[in-house]
Amino acid sequence: MNGYNFAYLDEQTKRMIRRAILKAVAIPGHQVPFGSREMPLPYGWGTGGIQVTASILGANDVLKVIDQGADDTTNAVSIRRFFAATAGVRTTTRTAEASVIQTRHRIPETKLTERQILVYQVPQPEPLYRLEPSRTESRRMHGLAEYGAMHVKLYEDISRLGQVAISYDYPVMVNGRYLTSPSPIPAFDNPKLHLMPALQLFGAGREKRIYAIPPYTDVRSLDFEDHPFRPHRARAVCAICGADQSYLDEVLTDDRGGRMFVCSDTDYCAGRAGAGA
Amino acid sequence: MAYVAVKGGERAIDAAHAWRAEARRGDPAVPALAVAQIENQLGRAVERVMAEGSLHDRELAALAIRQAEGDLIEAAFLLRAYRTTLPRFGASVPLDTGAMAIRRRISAIFKDVPGGQVLGPTTDYTHRLLDFALLAERAPDSAPLAEAAEGTMPRVADLLAAEGLIRPDQPGSGEPSDLTRAPPAYPAPRDARLQGLARGDEGFLLGLGYSTQRGYGGSHPFAGEIRMGAVSVVIVPDELGFPIDIGEIVLTECQMVNQFAGSKTEPARFTTGYGLAFGQADRRAMAMALLDRSLQAGELGEDVTAPAQNAEFVLSHADNIEATGFVEHLKLPHYVDFQSEVEAVRRLRATAAAAAEPVA
Repeated sequence: MNGYNFAYLDEQTKRMIRRAILKAVAIPGHQVPFGSREMPLPYGWGTGGIQVTASILGANDVLKVIDQGADDTTNAVSIRRFFAATAGVRTTTRTAEASVIQTRHRIPETKLTERQILVYQVPQPEPLYRLEPSRTESRRMHGLAEYGAMHVKLYEDISRLGQVAISYDYPVMVNGRYLTSPSPIPAFDNPKLHLMPALQLFGAGREKRIYAIPPYTDVRSLDFEDHPFRPHRARAVCAICGADQSYLDEVLTDDRGGRMFVCSDTDYCAGRAGAGA
Repeated sequence: MAYVAVKGGERAIDAAHAWRAEARRGDPAVPALAVAQIENQLGRAVERVMAEGSLHDRELAALAIRQAEGDLIEAAFLLRAYRTTLPRFGASVPLDTGAMAIRRRISAIFKDVPGGQVLGPTTDYTHRLLDFALLAERAPDSAPLAEAAEGTMPRVADLLAAEGLIRPDQPGSGEPSDLTRAPPAYPAPRDARLQGLARGDEGFLLGLGYSTQRGYGGSHPFAGEIRMGAVSVVIVPDELGFPIDIGEIVLTECQMVNQFAGSKTEPARFTTGYGLAFGQADRRAMAMALLDRSLQAGELGEDVTAPAQNAEFVLSHADNIEATGFVEHLKLPHYVDFQSEVEAVRRLRATAAAAAEPVA
């Protein structure tokens, strides 16, 4: 695109962001403050993820962008077009073909590999913010690994409701040290974070934080011995591909209670449907 | 099948943009607005967009207002997104507002002050009656001319300071911080707070400033001085080493003078709150000055109890580009999270129903 650097950001800014990424990789799960830039897309639309992607993208990369697991949601289309225009990189909807995958709210069903990077858009990087709104205070709590408040919250859920009532953005302990927000992925996706071969980078633009989960890092969803973490999905199979292990969207089909379930991961679903699964 | 996978995001976006462009232009029978018209005749809007967009460029601000169809937050966003791509080749030396070419200068704390009270082009004493004559184009009568004031007008706060009645500003720590380059850290130094306030949303500043007047962190303010006029911008390029005047900008500066009874560490005297804004912007500069003062509570040993005294609260929520983005992002699809919530609610209801079953 005329008048703009490769992938929009100037090289100095990319270097600053890469330094933050390196630090984040060195301290898994720790939120690294960075000089987040104003982007031509609004805050909340993925400015953090876009800055991370812009900083790591090379001319030979193949980019996939998903929102809610789908390649064809409007925001995914918009971000994919942004990089096609500013970086001219090849884009794809195939999970296996992509070298960089930017995502909002899902982890692809297809297992990722060591040669892939998963970039998450993060609205709220601070896992403690509902319990402690002051980031000055929550930084101190992270420094001291003082996470009792979160365990108490889970305990209160179990004692009142019989189960933990967090269904997405379910907090995890990364590398046994930092309590971390996995971004608002459904808790169903949490097990995929654990020992993932791909590098996972998290960008929060408005909150000006970057954090990372390096490949093969231990990631545990918070739980108790007598109340182990359990991922949940709708008890149904995909109406298109018949998948019974994937995360499903519930689609209302009429105003008389008609509904159907389909895979949220459109590439996974299309691949299975095409293969005659 | 009743459900057809939604493919069409791309076409929908293109069509939406085309419709927006058509709506923006409005009725083609009505002449299009020229950017110069906005720049000249909607000056207050241009100045607000420059302040919140953090970029002094009247023409680009006017262009942004037209492109945004008069949505000033959207216009500031357009300006910001452009600003972020600009190289920064230097910082000016501190502006000398004492040497301002005064158009307006009033003090509420003295009947008269050296240099006099100058109302300038204010609406303060207009009666807010819709002027139906403006429906028809009509050139206004020319305003009467007065002799320009001789020399510079001393700042009122400086007059009080000479008597030792005002707590002097504490020196900053070298290079000013820049929120647009480095993430904010708390406790935020005053320069960072002032920068955050200077680009903050006018409505937010106004509401929070107002809250201090209603008892939420009261600071007993007086409008020590409000002055508006053109100020020279001077830079010292590294390769030249001497100052160069690169032009002038119009600013409104407000110094609030606040009662301060003293604390364990400070004698009783007046303290000040400072506000500075592009163009003619009394409201903005005054609200900013109220907040600058209330945010000094911690440093002055006052109790920090109200939102307007909490720098983390104020600065984290003052930026309307951040705020509008995060509020409006709720319209992006969230159906995956919502689905997990639906499943969770069904599970919780099933658990509760099972518990309520009478034991046979």
